[in-house]
Amino acid sequence: MRYALRRLGFFAVTLWACLTLNFVLPRLMPGSPILDMMAKYHGRLNPKALQAIEVAFGIQTHTSLIVQYFQYLGNTFTGNFGMSLTQTEPVSQVIGGAVWWTLGLIGVTTILAFILGTLIGIVGAWRRGGWLDGILPPVFVITSSIPFFWIGMLLILFVGKFFVHFPLSGAYSYGATPGLNWPFIVDVLQHALLPALAILITSIGGWILTMRNTMVTVLAEDYVRMARAKGLPGWRIMFDYAARNAMLPNLSGFAMSLGFVLSGAILVEYLFSYQGIGYYLLQAVDNQDYALMQALFLLITVAVLVAVLAADVLTALLDPRTRTGS
Amino acid sequence: MRSAPADRVRELAGPGVPLGVPPDAGVPVLQVDDLSVAYQTRRGDVTAVDGVSFDLARGEFLGIVGESGCGKSTLLFAIAQLLAPPAQVTGGCVSFKGTDLTELTERQLAAIRWKELSVVMQSAMNALNPVKSVGSQFADAMRAHGVSSKREIAQRSAEVLAMVGIDGAHLKSYPHQLSGGMRQRSMIAMALLFTPDLVIMDEPTSALDVVAQRSLMVQIKELQAELGFAIIFVTHDMSLVSHFSDRLMVMYAGQVAEFGPTRRVFDAPLHPYSVGLLDAFPSIRGPQVPLTGIPGSPPDLAKLPGGCRFAPRCQKVMPACETTAPPLYQVDDIQVRCLLQAGRGPAGD
Repeated sequence: MRYALRRLGFFAVTLWACLTLNFVLPRLMPGSPILDMMAKYHGRLNPKALQAIEVAFGIQTHTSLIVQYFQYLGNTFTGNFGMSLTQTEPVSQVIGGAVWWTLGLIGVTTILAFILGTLIGIVGAWRRGGWLDGILPPVFVITSSIPFFWIGMLLILFVGKFFVHFPLSGAYSYGATPGLNWPFIVDVLQHALLPALAILITSIGGWILTMRNTMVTVLAEDYVRMARAKGLPGWRIMFDYAARNAMLPNLSGFAMSLGFVLSGAILVEYLFSYQGIGYYLLQAVDNQDYALMQALFLLITVAVLVAVLAADVLTALLDPRTRTGS
Repeated sequence: MRSAPADRVRELAGPGVPLGVPPDAGVPVLQVDDLSVAYQTRRGDVTAVDGVSFDLARGEFLGIVGESGCGKSTLLFAIAQLLAPPAQVTGGCVSFKGTDLTELTERQLAAIRWKELSVVMQSAMNALNPVKSVGSQFADAMRAHGVSSKREIAQRSAEVLAMVGIDGAHLKSYPHQLSGGMRQRSMIAMALLFTPDLVIMDEPTSALDVVAQRSLMVQIKELQAELGFAIIFVTHDMSLVSHFSDRLMVMYAGQVAEFGPTRRVFDAPLHPYSVGLLDAFPSIRGPQVPLTGIPGSPPDLAKLPGGCRFAPRCQKVMPACETTAPPLYQVDDIQVRCLLQAGRGPAGD
């Protein structure tokens, strides 16, 4: 219980620090959205129009930073992130539309990579020197050192050449009406296949390697030999005695990568024109879209924090030593 | 930690009084015949256990002593069929109640394991799974052997824990929440879940302080007297087993150096190595004599000296020792591997 409270306290303090940094950093950047706007219209913007824009987008260059800061905090907690300059609709709507695509594509792929990689690592170490252990780990270690946008480009190139009708970009076909019907779901899955493959190929190797190596170490432990001496079935020794201990160091790494799901795939989403968070983040930064940028950065940091918190909870569930630790 | 009262320890383990039942002379529970184990290395096979033979009667307490790296733990794991690569049995057989364990498949072994033959390991901190409660590790062992009733598991687990003097409430504890002595006791309790015929113990007391060691030994001996299982007890501390074991085997460089009734080996050691081991421990009650120990260190098993393996460190070395590898000689009820006994007949069973 004390463990949970301490973790929650840590979460709150870090969240506050992130919120503050998120407010300060964009304002330290040279230029301002207003100057940008002026440049866009070559200075032919009368002061009244400028003021109208300032009000509409919530940019108050004349109020003090302190006032802006507290307004910002208040707005953040009420979910009011203002208008997006580039998308000309409320930021919350832009994010609300994009976040599910990113979660669906990159979140699912990250979880899949972790599960597959961990399983391959477990079995590889269990049958050390077997055919699975001889082929998969080396192959995926090589593929994971290749940048994933490059794999993505290769995929686009080859699939585009040999399967002319296979979708290469976007989240769904142009003109398709989103809805929970079979043709649309198939369409979405088809569009997700290539980017998912690119991520999977390049990220699975890390999980295989770390899991296999910790597993090999754990398999030499006395309690694994003890489990054998007790006559336990092989699968129980493999999962309950060896893998459960070997997985612990990997959990926090997995949580971090889950947290970075929202931001980590900018290149993939850009490459495949997948309209997710990463795609909009790139646009926001390009166009000094304060409101959208702030909200996205905030979303990413909160996601990382929540993921770390979840990993702590999971570790506590799986490892009794952390529960009573000092 | 709850330890047995000191007075009871003194009463039960008075100087030189062996405890427990005398070994009955019936069918041996374990027959080890010419057992050899090798570690496969890049430099070739290294023989860690070399042609060890002995019988173990029901309810007998056999002590095995020797320096680190003399092959005593490897011998134990070979008997229990728990060797992992690169170690491998290269010869001989282990007959447990008439079945040769080296011939069995892993599945056939699983049925015998723990029910009839259990193991207590050196460090209970490492031998208990840190992420599972003591109770669930007990339960795993029972479920693996067909006990599925939750009540039965809980009842038996609490029962064996009580045998070693631990409250059943500690079944819910995790290994890190117990003291070193309690962990070791709960390991022993776990080994007794099915009241096996043989319990193999690999230095179960080495992580404990002297008082805890003593009380644990007494407890093991009491349990043995009550339940009648045989024990193979490996240690590097000769004085520890001296009061408890029926027979004592001294190992050197993978071979039996001397093997016989504990009192005989203790009172009149025949092998110069046994003499050296005994001289390495101070006697509390006897006259003060300077400790001599054994000069040098055990040989590299990959580069054994020709002739007697102990010759380079031996106080009584003779020219013949450098060239002739001594066989085991039978001297009354003692087997000894030393050319000083060359007039005696060969040991054979």
